[in-house]
Amino acid sequence: MKDRQLALILGFAAVAALVPFFVTAGTWLNFAVFTLILCLAAQGWNILGGYGGQYSFGHAAFFGTTAYLTAVLQSRYGINPYAAFAIGIAAAAAVGWVIGFLSFRSGLKGSYFALVTLAFAEVFRVVANASDITGGAAGTLIKLDVRPENFQFASRGTFFWVVLAMVVLAMLLTRALERSRLGAQMVAVRENEDAARALGVDALQVKLSAIALSAAITGAAGGLYAQYFLYLDATIAYGTWISVEALLAPIVGGAGTVFGPVVGSIVLHSLSEFTKSLVGRIPGIDLVIFGIMLILVVRFPPRNIPGLIRRWRSGR
Amino acid sequence: MHSLPLEIVLEAVANGLLTGAVYGLVALGLTLVYGVLHIINFAHGALLTMAMYAAWVAWSAFGLDPYVAILPLVPIFFAVGYLLQRFVIMPASQGDDSNILLVTLGLSIVLENAMLAIFRSDTLSVQVPYAMEVIEAGPMLLSFPRVVGFGVTLAVAVVLFLVLTRTDTGRAMRAVAKERTGAALVGIDVRHVYAVTFAIGCACLAISACLLLPSFYVNPRVGNAFVLVAFTIVVLGGMGSVPGALLGGLFIGVVESLSGLYLGDSLGQLGIFVIFILVLLFRPTGLFGARA
Repeated sequence: MKDRQLALILGFAAVAALVPFFVTAGTWLNFAVFTLILCLAAQGWNILGGYGGQYSFGHAAFFGTTAYLTAVLQSRYGINPYAAFAIGIAAAAAVGWVIGFLSFRSGLKGSYFALVTLAFAEVFRVVANASDITGGAAGTLIKLDVRPENFQFASRGTFFWVVLAMVVLAMLLTRALERSRLGAQMVAVRENEDAARALGVDALQVKLSAIALSAAITGAAGGLYAQYFLYLDATIAYGTWISVEALLAPIVGGAGTVFGPVVGSIVLHSLSEFTKSLVGRIPGIDLVIFGIMLILVVRFPPRNIPGLIRRWRSGR
Repeated sequence: MHSLPLEIVLEAVANGLLTGAVYGLVALGLTLVYGVLHIINFAHGALLTMAMYAAWVAWSAFGLDPYVAILPLVPIFFAVGYLLQRFVIMPASQGDDSNILLVTLGLSIVLENAMLAIFRSDTLSVQVPYAMEVIEAGPMLLSFPRVVGFGVTLAVAVVLFLVLTRTDTGRAMRAVAKERTGAALVGIDVRHVYAVTFAIGCACLAISACLLLPSFYVNPRVGNAFVLVAFTIVVLGGMGSVPGALLGGLFIGVVESLSGLYLGDSLGQLGIFVIFILVLLFRPTGLFGARA
């Protein structure tokens, strides 16, 4: 049974790796890379939200932190992009830990936790938009210098493989977490925090590990975004759009599962492309669809697409 | 900090109080819904945006002055709120906190982006002759639309207070807020009360929108700017507290005005968020006591 999960992960990796051979049109490959980057951000959210049960509305804080550090460290301080990326991921984990420490120690959960994370992300956005080091409202550009040792590749396909590798790595990591002691403790805290504590689980420590790991993965997505698009501003890096993207995919695809974020982001983004091809590029129409999907999956439990399919097949 | 002439600081405080009253009105709907339904309505900002667009359409298509538009918009938004709670939020939430969180978030995404699809991202505003008018109050010059906003907000607060204390609906709302099961046992239709409460919250938003429009602009994201302010006010004033929302609104208005004066416009918003986070972390029951 468990090996079936591993086989599915590897099968997904193998099939997805073929994409650049068949999809050669730039726009479609762009779409694929973008979807995978958002998938990675969603995989990060899934650790804290899906397994840990703490719904963050502010994962932009982590996405943006790695994105900005990756961009600013190399363009302003001449640090190697891979090193900048690694520093950025560590910084996102640290930011996650600090936000988690402040809010979990104060006992914030549910809506309050969602609100405080939203507010933190907004603070970051306002500061990034006003300070010089991030380029302020004009944004930050990464100089175009296409060399592999510079984390810039001549073909979009190569970048696709890099992002895909990260997504598969995150899936394997989630799978390992699921079978680990920490993962079991996270689920215990999610289901009943008081009971978990009574059994000797250090709930604060478990939640802090969850948010740090979660922030690192979503942060990695931010770093890849910066490195792929070579441009950032405060609304991209710390905007609410990325917080929403990060939570939508796992919820729609199945929160607290290895494949949930992957299924969710592929379904959501394919659906949005399909809608755009039907009604034209009306701004916002894709998000209207996302919002309706979110309401529907919550309205009809089990709240995710695999659950809906199962329910439909069993004829209820 | 620079030292500024006293008159300028006083004027900033006065204008902050005036703006803060309308913030308080936005927060009033939010806090009422929280107090009775015990849900945090993440769609509040998007509903405000919708109300502002409705007021803009009333002005541009029918030539209605925003202040006059209050009359048709209040019943319309009352109905919108009632239907949303009854047919979207309640069935989807199934009483689960995280479901409500997600449904109202989904609703806000749908509304905000529907506005974007219909009106595009352009910033719209109304042109009314009194938009730039000022009222002289001693040494201070006060913006006319803000003075009107302040007055109407106080009037709405009084009406709401009377509704809550003197009418059967108001008593039912307070009963449901305190003890839902008990209220149901004595024959109160809890679902109806929930929907009415949500509807009153939306009606407050319609009034706020009409008060804001003469001196403000509208774009699909404008509600976001207000919603965090409103959340701050609600948390500051104590979740569910009506007077807390008004006092919190005035306080936040002054904070915003002063931090804008001293820190500049781009960092001015920061003061509000920092207060928000600090209050959430250290005094989540609010500064002005727990609840009304």
